[in-house]
Amino acid sequence: MGITFRKETFRDDFTFKNSPEHIKRFPFPFHEDAYMYAVNIEPHVVGPKGSVLENLIDVDEHYVAEMQDRALVLAEDPLRCQSLPHMTLAGWDLLELLMEQQALGYPEHFTLTRDGDRWRWINRPLGIDDTFTFGDTSTLPYGPMEYITRQSQGDFCILDQRDGNLWMDAGMVTTQADWSLDFDIGMNFFEWHAPVPLAHEKGIFVRALKFLTNIQQGKPARRLNWTMTINPRLDTSPENYHKWGPDRATVTPENVGDKVHLRVELQSFWRLPRSNGIVFPIRCYLIKMDELVTQPKWARRLHRVIRDLPDELANYKGLTRYRLALVEWLAKLDDGSATSPGFGPD
Amino acid sequence: MAAKSIISRPVYGTLSPQPGKHHLFIADAEGALAIGDMAERAPAGFFEGAEIVFILGSDGKHVAALEALKPAQFHLSPSFASLLPRLRQTLANAHMGLRLYLAGTEGLIGQAMQVALEAGIDHTSIQTEHRGSLARRMQCVHCKGITENVTTQPATCGHCGLLLLVRDHYSRRIAAFQGVCINAEDRSEIPPMEEIFR
Repeated sequence: MGITFRKETFRDDFTFKNSPEHIKRFPFPFHEDAYMYAVNIEPHVVGPKGSVLENLIDVDEHYVAEMQDRALVLAEDPLRCQSLPHMTLAGWDLLELLMEQQALGYPEHFTLTRDGDRWRWINRPLGIDDTFTFGDTSTLPYGPMEYITRQSQGDFCILDQRDGNLWMDAGMVTTQADWSLDFDIGMNFFEWHAPVPLAHEKGIFVRALKFLTNIQQGKPARRLNWTMTINPRLDTSPENYHKWGPDRATVTPENVGDKVHLRVELQSFWRLPRSNGIVFPIRCYLIKMDELVTQPKWARRLHRVIRDLPDELANYKGLTRYRLALVEWLAKLDDGSATSPGFGPD
Repeated sequence: MAAKSIISRPVYGTLSPQPGKHHLFIADAEGALAIGDMAERAPAGFFEGAEIVFILGSDGKHVAALEALKPAQFHLSPSFASLLPRLRQTLANAHMGLRLYLAGTEGLIGQAMQVALEAGIDHTSIQTEHRGSLARRMQCVHCKGITENVTTQPATCGHCGLLLLVRDHYSRRIAAFQGVCINAEDRSEIPPMEEIFR
């Protein structure tokens, strides 16, 4: 049996939701009742069955709908997918990685067969069956990075490593938390993180860069990041901020449970074998407050985290306008009792 | 310059003579004074291997002072746009040993650096000195249009008309600061416009 893919939308009528099984596997990002930046990087190894870490590249019930949303974003704005000229080889590396991982984790949905450089890729959920020559861009309908990331959940940044730094030189970015690939492409690790408050002073990026430039092939790493989004909207790009920004003013005490979503990014980091680049998938998971609070521990903990978040961080994450309404709503679900350590529900 | 800034915001230095075979100076406005100041510290005969390109302002100032340095080549352009074809060819034909010096307004330094990057020159090898106006070149993140000589915060996009917060976040590739809608969440909020980039 395979995954039953939901028919749903991430715009207009916003029919996205999580099934009860998917609520339980949600990657809740807080291991304690408070949040501050840390270099929270750990080895990206396979986790428990039924969790989002069951496979290193996770495919879930939202796959088909997310790929449809990506196609809509790209039709509106092709600049969301860009690759500088020296990054084509890294694109082939990524194509190989994603085909291998998806076929490994979900053989009922994806099949990769190789005969030398002649590859056949079958993607059943999207109705794709293509045969192409690995390394020959003319045999694919798009460049290798665009081709495979139109068929893979999450955003993807490919980083070139040179001069002791990482350079954002290619990417497919349609489900981002308010940063622009088109603006940041070509920047180094410190430059594209420049707008993040507090973390530079804490030395976070210096340590993170040191870690990332030492990532070895076959030993990927991961971290979680989070923000909040009003409505289950994947495309919260700065490009469209003037279109989705007004959503933030629509939160009322009555609609918090339905409108406010926790948005968690499972970021992983992989060394690419031919190009020596690093690919940085940013996989976005959304959950509305009504769904999240079905797990009482998560409700109590999220209340404490949001209530105690430093204003500067709340502002950077764009929570300021609806933070009070959210905290008051969550407070009703927090009886003050202790929460158990760790991420999972009780 | 803003008291507290961010890492992507360009930092400019003071021009100093570099070892090299050919020295290309591109300047506008008071950038000419930066070249003059550097000339006082330059070894004898330095400008015999130099080319100076100057974007002529409407006041015609600084030309005589630059000519007096007796560079091997001296070229006046009425605008940066008109300089582009020549600059692209110079950089495309350049050999190892070319050193680039950019002086003047941020817009000039940024745009000249953009062309140099496209020609494969590493940005850290380029000498820069900012003189004169702090007016910014701004790209609207929404419509992608570039508005030149932005002096106010917030600023109106010259293309789509949105009211934009001019951020310190800067792209060398685009040669512009990022402008992001300042009242996207509630268009009725209109913050006062202050002249701060002079």
